Amino acid sequence: MTESPIQKIRLAGLLLLLLLAFLLDLSMGTVKIPVSEIVRVFFSPKTANPTWHFIIARIRLPKACTAVLAGCGLSVGGLQMQTLFRNPLADPAILGITSGAGLGVAAVMLTGGSMATLFAIKELGVSGSWLIIGAACVSAGAVMLLVLTLSRRLRDNVLMLIIGIMIGSITLALTSVWQYFSDPEQVKDYLLWTFGSLGGVTGVQLSILSGVVAAGLIVAFLSSKMLDALLLGEHYARSMGLTARRARVIIICSTSLLAGSITAFCGPIGFIGIAVPHIARTIFNTASHRILMPACCLIGTILLLMCDMVAQLPGSQSVLPINIITSLVGSPVVIILLLRRKNLNSW
Amino acid sequence: MSNDPVLLRTNDLQTGYHSGGKRIVVSGELPELELQPGRLVCLLGPNGSGKSTLLRTLAGLQPVLNGTIDVPGVEAHKPAELARKISLVLTDRVRGNNLTVQSLIELGRYPYTGWLGVLNEADKAVVEWAIGATGISALRNRKAHTLSDGESQKMMLARALAQDTPILMLDEPTAHLDLPSRIRLMRLLHQLAGQTRKAILLSTHELDLALQVADTVWLLEAGGRLHQGAPEDLVLNGVFEAAFAEEDIVFNKEAGVFVIHAAPGKPVLLTGGGITFFWTQRALRRAGFTVVTMPVTTPAKDIIYHVRIPDYPTRTSWLLDGKGASREYTSIAELLQAMR
Repeated sequence: MTESPIQKIRLAGLLLLLLLAFLLDLSMGTVKIPVSEIVRVFFSPKTANPTWHFIIARIRLPKACTAVLAGCGLSVGGLQMQTLFRNPLADPAILGITSGAGLGVAAVMLTGGSMATLFAIKELGVSGSWLIIGAACVSAGAVMLLVLTLSRRLRDNVLMLIIGIMIGSITLALTSVWQYFSDPEQVKDYLLWTFGSLGGVTGVQLSILSGVVAAGLIVAFLSSKMLDALLLGEHYARSMGLTARRARVIIICSTSLLAGSITAFCGPIGFIGIAVPHIARTIFNTASHRILMPACCLIGTILLLMCDMVAQLPGSQSVLPINIITSLVGSPVVIILLLRRKNLNSW
Repeated sequence: MSNDPVLLRTNDLQTGYHSGGKRIVVSGELPELELQPGRLVCLLGPNGSGKSTLLRTLAGLQPVLNGTIDVPGVEAHKPAELARKISLVLTDRVRGNNLTVQSLIELGRYPYTGWLGVLNEADKAVVEWAIGATGISALRNRKAHTLSDGESQKMMLARALAQDTPILMLDEPTAHLDLPSRIRLMRLLHQLAGQTRKAILLSTHELDLALQVADTVWLLEAGGRLHQGAPEDLVLNGVFEAAFAEEDIVFNKEAGVFVIHAAPGKPVLLTGGGITFFWTQRALRRAGFTVVTMPVTTPAKDIIYHVRIPDYPTRTSWLLDGKGASREYTSIAELLQAMR
């Protein structure tokens, strides 16, 4: 598969759009900061307005960076799952890793740890709590290990898909059990977490998240050739020299790292993972993962930044949770794109 | 056996699979099978005799139950090495996936490209050759899922050719194709075996086509026994007939085809020659008559009709003598109508 010049131009165009969205995201919020001042904050911090400098460096820049990481990670994870399972409805949550993270959070929030969590939430915001992130990481990691162990044993990707869904159901059910026996106050805290947030990841947390997402993305890019072969189905892929189980383990590993870390740090963010690969295929009209991977990164990031801007509710002081906005804004976009294509057979 | 190198050889092979901890045996212990360069081998057998299982086992897609498959130059079960020796055309339907025909065929270069899958000039040349050899240049920019069954089969063959392996295996490549496409595909495979010196193994239900193009036939019986030999030998020694034996289906050795009805009908004497004779004979058999030809061995009183094909230079007609009358007909349809 070869890139055509048009595809390169489109990638470049998306990169420009991404820069624009990034700047706009920095400028928008409860305090409006002109783009020229943002540039000043970056290039000559001493002459910049100290308040604006603080807002950008401590709040908006980490949030925008988190949006970039989550946008890249979730859409690439979705692309990998859709190809691995040859299913247009697959997304990174399909392996149960996202609900695994949720189980960890519920365990901490809803059992005994209420004092500690409530304190932590009040201090750092819902998603900023180390305790919650730690719990989410541990349980997402445990589910990932379980999924990987199973994936090494199975011959068939469809079985893997069903088992992933079952694991997701089990973790969701366990979470529900906890919710059922908990105080409404604690359940509300948990619900707040499920709304997702890009805002709570700063400092050390941001570097950890960047490290894990970068690792996941590198593995994903290295797997693009395998994913291309898997487009023809497992039998053909094996006849071309692909070791099916190893490929599956590598791909699941990458998606788990991406989805698990992002969910642990930001809470569940739906929609991006399932929709962006479709948008990328429509815009670039290709199946080559060498093009679709960067395309997904760019589109996912732009989409998440745009959702973040909408979430600020221009002209208002309140901020809507990101998980609501992604579905509310994104779903109509995908419906329009798919209707224009009219041919579901060619996903 | 000739001096050609052997590309694949089996030893005491037994095919089957493991299901729920149980061994499900599909074939008995097979005789030694060999694939040689430039030879076209047709794997024939009734439904359920294990053709696909044998093909997939030889291709390394499923493990052997017993015995060994030896592909010189390949260590056992190394998919990356096997992929440079054996390419496949399977019955798996390739779905949309947004692939163009060209990029699907380029995937055939998978075993040779680096970790990003970028094609070099040599790879591109092989892809071009594969597209040319299968004659699908006009389709290259179409989406794979928009192709007809025949076009799709050629595309998958081109992908296998792009994989550039000494062995090519095809699982029922003629299924879903209309008769002209089947014949064209078989002819193409026959030519490819000669030109590229590939060993081609294909499983098929097309007995008559297989008899025409195969250098060797592997005939699987329903019980899992396998006979091999030149197709003509298998016809002459009756193996062919035995493998497909059913009560009302008979293998006609003269014509090389299976005939549906075996029950003897009323005898009709047919005289004449040429191609008209052949087709008239077929029509009479289809209508349920037993065709008697010269010299006549059936008692004359039993013969109810005599169909003659006069040797007119300008037109074809049939003379029907019987039941005390003689009439001329200008088409087989009219002739049969009159005889009913």
